[in-house]
Amino acid sequence: MTAYVIRRILTGVVILILLSMVVFLVFNALPADPAALTCGKSCNPQVIEANRIRLGLDQPLYIQYWEFVRAIFVGRTYGSGTATFQCNAPCLGYSFRKGEEVTPLILKALPVTLWLSFGAFLLWLIPGVLLGIYASRRRGRWQERSVLGAALVGYSFPSFFIGLLLLFFVVIRWQWLPYPNYVSPFEDPVQFLQTMVLPWITLALVYMAFYIRLTRNQLLETYSEDYIRTARAKGLKEGTVIRKHALRAGLTPIVTAAGLDLAGLLGGAIITESIFSLPGVGRLAVEAVVDADLAIITATVLIAGTFIVIANIVVDLLYAVIDPRVRLS
Amino acid sequence: MTFLSVKDLQVSFQTEDGVVHAVDGVTFDLEKGKTLAIVGESGSGKSVTAQAIMGLHTGRGVKISGEINLGGMDLVGASDSTLRSMRGNSMAMIFQDPFASLHPFYRIGNQLAEAVTAHRKVSKKEARAEALRMLIKVGIPNPDQRIDDYPHQLSGGMRQRVMIAMALINGPELLIADEPTTALDVTVQAQILELLSELQAEFNTAIILITHDLGIVADMADEIVVMYGGRIVERAGLHELFYQPQMPYTVGLLASVPRLDSAGNRLLSIGGQPPSLISLPSGCVFHPRCAAMNAGSEERCKGERPDLRDVGEGHMVRCHLDDEERTAFATKRLAEVFTGE
Repeated sequence: MTAYVIRRILTGVVILILLSMVVFLVFNALPADPAALTCGKSCNPQVIEANRIRLGLDQPLYIQYWEFVRAIFVGRTYGSGTATFQCNAPCLGYSFRKGEEVTPLILKALPVTLWLSFGAFLLWLIPGVLLGIYASRRRGRWQERSVLGAALVGYSFPSFFIGLLLLFFVVIRWQWLPYPNYVSPFEDPVQFLQTMVLPWITLALVYMAFYIRLTRNQLLETYSEDYIRTARAKGLKEGTVIRKHALRAGLTPIVTAAGLDLAGLLGGAIITESIFSLPGVGRLAVEAVVDADLAIITATVLIAGTFIVIANIVVDLLYAVIDPRVRLS
Repeated sequence: MTFLSVKDLQVSFQTEDGVVHAVDGVTFDLEKGKTLAIVGESGSGKSVTAQAIMGLHTGRGVKISGEINLGGMDLVGASDSTLRSMRGNSMAMIFQDPFASLHPFYRIGNQLAEAVTAHRKVSKKEARAEALRMLIKVGIPNPDQRIDDYPHQLSGGMRQRVMIAMALINGPELLIADEPTTALDVTVQAQILELLSELQAEFNTAIILITHDLGIVADMADEIVVMYGGRIVERAGLHELFYQPQMPYTVGLLASVPRLDSAGNRLLSIGGQPPSLISLPSGCVFHPRCAAMNAGSEERCKGERPDLRDVGEGHMVRCHLDDEERTAFATKRLAEVFTGE
């Protein structure tokens, strides 16, 4: 088991290295000159060239890449002589557009995305699974059709539509909530909740539909298994049959989907963060793309990739917890 | 004394293709300590009958009528909670495929203990001790280690032993064994049957044995019910049925069993297919496949449903042919098997 985990982590690291290389290469294939983007309107070729050397952009691509990777572990000093600038490990680069180190930018944006993702995750997973169980118990009746129909509506609308709809009615038309303005929950819990509730609902509505259908389908499949009949033949209560026997058996795909969906969100809920002006990783990434800000783009892609890799490993380990047959092989 | 009494049991399912009359007018009695075998092809209604007794038909569109009386308690129309409190407690069931019938994610000790705690107020520790006691009883080697195994770590025979332990853990008075050895190796089959017989003698359990294997029936049963197309077509004691089969279908079944002591090597199959339960043949449901039907009886066989009637000492037969015709057919057909002509 330990060997398996180590192997999975190493594979994950290799994937992240390849990912960062691809981002580096793709970005450098773009026509934009990063050095030219470093100085605003009053710019001249001398400043551009000086900045190019300061940021190491005059070096060949593989050296630039090597410096980037090295900086993550040991930090990096930009420039030379008197005009040096120290970026401490883990240094994810320096944003010449914002004139800031990337690592603090990410660290500032990450909690916003974490709060958003985990809140929405709970809000879609628990009701989604419960409604899925309910629908499966009412198979072929109007209750099932209503739940699945409502789920389909949620599933069909994109998040920007649901988000804008909520923003327009709840905040602008009815003024039930103030305009979203993110603060840390430790600073002002009320304002935090007022800001987060609509983004949470938006994401939850989009994702929940899938979990309702998935749970229902999984359960309907397991209901016809022989061991469910055995559980009933033992005289177990119907609730126990469903919770302990059917749900446990149908859990694997739900765990997979939940893990990967959560990881995807942790990499930045781009649309939802933008609609509700949440200063999270997603919005940071969008701004960076608009600004052609290589350092931030690379960092956000790596963060998102890391979450996906971690989620994959966690999901695989959870398989072994759920299904004892996985433990042996 | 009659312990289980089934009278005129009817089970039908509403399906998209129409109403399926899976069981029609099944009637039999069973005493404690005795074994009743229900024999028939797939779709003859034997498993449906068993699950009706257990109250396992819960879906919508299922209609059950008639009478199922277990130890003085009428089970048809009993509430879900009444049936639940009896399942696994006073009546239990084991199934054909022991691997599919055990939950793959739980240790067998856990699954056994669960059957105990479902019906008795005992601590987890006591339930586990009970599970261990049953594992010893059904002959699992190293039971104190095996109790923590998962089903996939056991062999097929061991899994069925676990299923039997689970079924008998609360000391049920009725055990329904639905094809308990079909999925097992022949050598293991014999062990499992022997185990069932031993435990039956010990607990005085009434057993309903559902099977298509007449060899098993000969080993275990006291009385035999032969089902065809959802109906009982013949009912008799073990000896009666094997030596004086009356219904042409039963004769066909006996003729199709491979035997070591037969002179010839022919196996006689019954031509045709079991009937569709949605559109049963008119008259006697067996008439399209019946080799005994003759010119004199043809009209009745095709047009009139035969009743189950007593042809002597509780031997019941559902057939229009008269005693002589049936006996002549049986004698001739079985002679073909024995002499190879």
